[in-house]
Amino acid sequence: MSLRGAQINPKRFDKSQIKFYLILLPIALVMLLPILYIFSQALKPLDELMLFPPRFLVQKPTARNFEMLVRAATGTGIPLTIYVFNSLMVTSITITATMALTVITGYALSKKQFKGRDTLFKINQAALMFVPIAVTIPTFLVVVNLGLLDTFPAHILPLLAVPVSVFLMKQFIDQLPNEIIEAARVDGANDLFIIWKIVVPLTKPALSTVAILTFQATWSNLVTSQFYMNTDLKKTLAFYMTTLTSTVEVSVAGMGMAAAAGLLMFLPNLIIFIIMQNNVMNTMSHSGVK
Amino acid sequence: MKKNKTKKLSNKGKNLLASIALVAPYTVIFLAFIIVPIIIAFILSFTYFDAINPPTFAGFANYIYMITGDEEFVKHIIPNTLKFALIVGPGGFAMSFLMAWMLSQIQATPRKYLSLLLYTPSMVGAILVTILWKSLFSGAETGYINAFLLSNDFIEMPIQFLQSPEYLLNIMILVSLWSSMGIGFLAMLAGILNVNPELYEAAAIDGLRNRVQEIFYITIPAMKPQMLFGAVMAIVGAFNMGEIGVLLAGTNPTPQYSGSLIVNHIADYGFLRNEMGYASALSVVLFLIVYAFSRLGFVLFGEKD
Repeated sequence: MSLRGAQINPKRFDKSQIKFYLILLPIALVMLLPILYIFSQALKPLDELMLFPPRFLVQKPTARNFEMLVRAATGTGIPLTIYVFNSLMVTSITITATMALTVITGYALSKKQFKGRDTLFKINQAALMFVPIAVTIPTFLVVVNLGLLDTFPAHILPLLAVPVSVFLMKQFIDQLPNEIIEAARVDGANDLFIIWKIVVPLTKPALSTVAILTFQATWSNLVTSQFYMNTDLKKTLAFYMTTLTSTVEVSVAGMGMAAAAGLLMFLPNLIIFIIMQNNVMNTMSHSGVK
Repeated sequence: MKKNKTKKLSNKGKNLLASIALVAPYTVIFLAFIIVPIIIAFILSFTYFDAINPPTFAGFANYIYMITGDEEFVKHIIPNTLKFALIVGPGGFAMSFLMAWMLSQIQATPRKYLSLLLYTPSMVGAILVTILWKSLFSGAETGYINAFLLSNDFIEMPIQFLQSPEYLLNIMILVSLWSSMGIGFLAMLAGILNVNPELYEAAAIDGLRNRVQEIFYITIPAMKPQMLFGAVMAIVGAFNMGEIGVLLAGTNPTPQYSGSLIVNHIADYGFLRNEMGYASALSVVLFLIVYAFSRLGFVLFGEKD
């Protein structure tokens, strides 16, 4: 009976939990420190950036670094809005396309009976191990041979190969009872109707998880701009921010600007995740690999 | 009756066509951007290819050169990659599991915020990771860590952390562990929370004595599939962090190859020296290493067929 207090997911506080807080809180705070530091760095005025010894937290916060960032961007001749526009387009199209692809594929892999289905799923599952940066060169050759070099689709198509998202979606759709889908089919509904009217509403948590994962992979992606685009006008904000900050970061003033740029790229990730955290956890309960 | 049968058959045919139509778009993308690149890498690994002239067959020359001719590969790249992957992969995985387990022992609301804090570093992304840690480990006096050590008299001169062979790899490991609690961590947390509570009660009656026993006899066996997902994600995550050394040091190869991993070696040969054949052979070796690591996960947590 000594394990009576040892409850998973306890409903109320018990003093046996104190030891976990004593370990978890300091670790979580240490993990947070670098992020606090970069926030404070991005808000520091020049004299505080040059201060020795440096202060961890900003004393007189200012938006000067962000202003400098925008000014440096306009100085290059191409307005910052072009890059913002490119990134928004690429990200939103990629997210929409990925959600559509994963729900359709997940549905077929989960609820349709056809030859080769299990093989297909097994291959996709094996591809969870895929490390994209290992094949940057062959992927580049594929992009060239498909005639995609320096075209907009080259930002999107390579990012639609998402074994993890297809896997998560299929596992999630597995939980939907077959009866609902059979009932709809008896009523004469076709697959696309079933997906749109039944599967999509019931897989909202998984769809938002896929959206978040895609956002994280797309918004800060550097590879497509770096290798597949020749024209500066077609590159994305992430690429632009890196070139801008890597040329100036030697100077102290550049440090503040780089922090501001990095923060601008990171914040959308954080905000979207916070909004959707519950959905993500719901999806993750079905993430097991068998 | 007969009519009915042909109708059934055609239904089956229709079903197959519909299924194919549904999986076709993803399958085409999957083939084009995952399978074909892997096949190309495999084929090119047996050729000389400078990206300008057509490739010529080279047999095993690239693989032989890797072991006998490429001194950096044997002396630096492989030891660095193995050290990095062994600590960041299984280390990050173990850390994720332990954190997830402790989080499962506290109430839902604090758990939500604490898991957010632990997950956040994994969302930071390559751009901010580089800016952030470059700034913290900057070699100038105003670099935060140098300034801290200087003002507390631990050191007399600022250390060039990111340019020193003795620090770079360890800093890379630290940074990668910091950002290792990603989607695999969330999966394991969800997995632990979903373990049927009756299992614990039954085990307590059967005489399970402590938490450690509980973890090994109940929790882990009940959530093997999530453990496996977490293990694969941890390995892949570790290798995807492979560029961090070059990003932090700002050069490829890194100072005296101290922070160069196989991923950087591929970029070095592929993009800087235009030796695509050899770079492809390195890619194949990288895939084999990732596969070997993941295999270990399947041996530990896979369900026996």
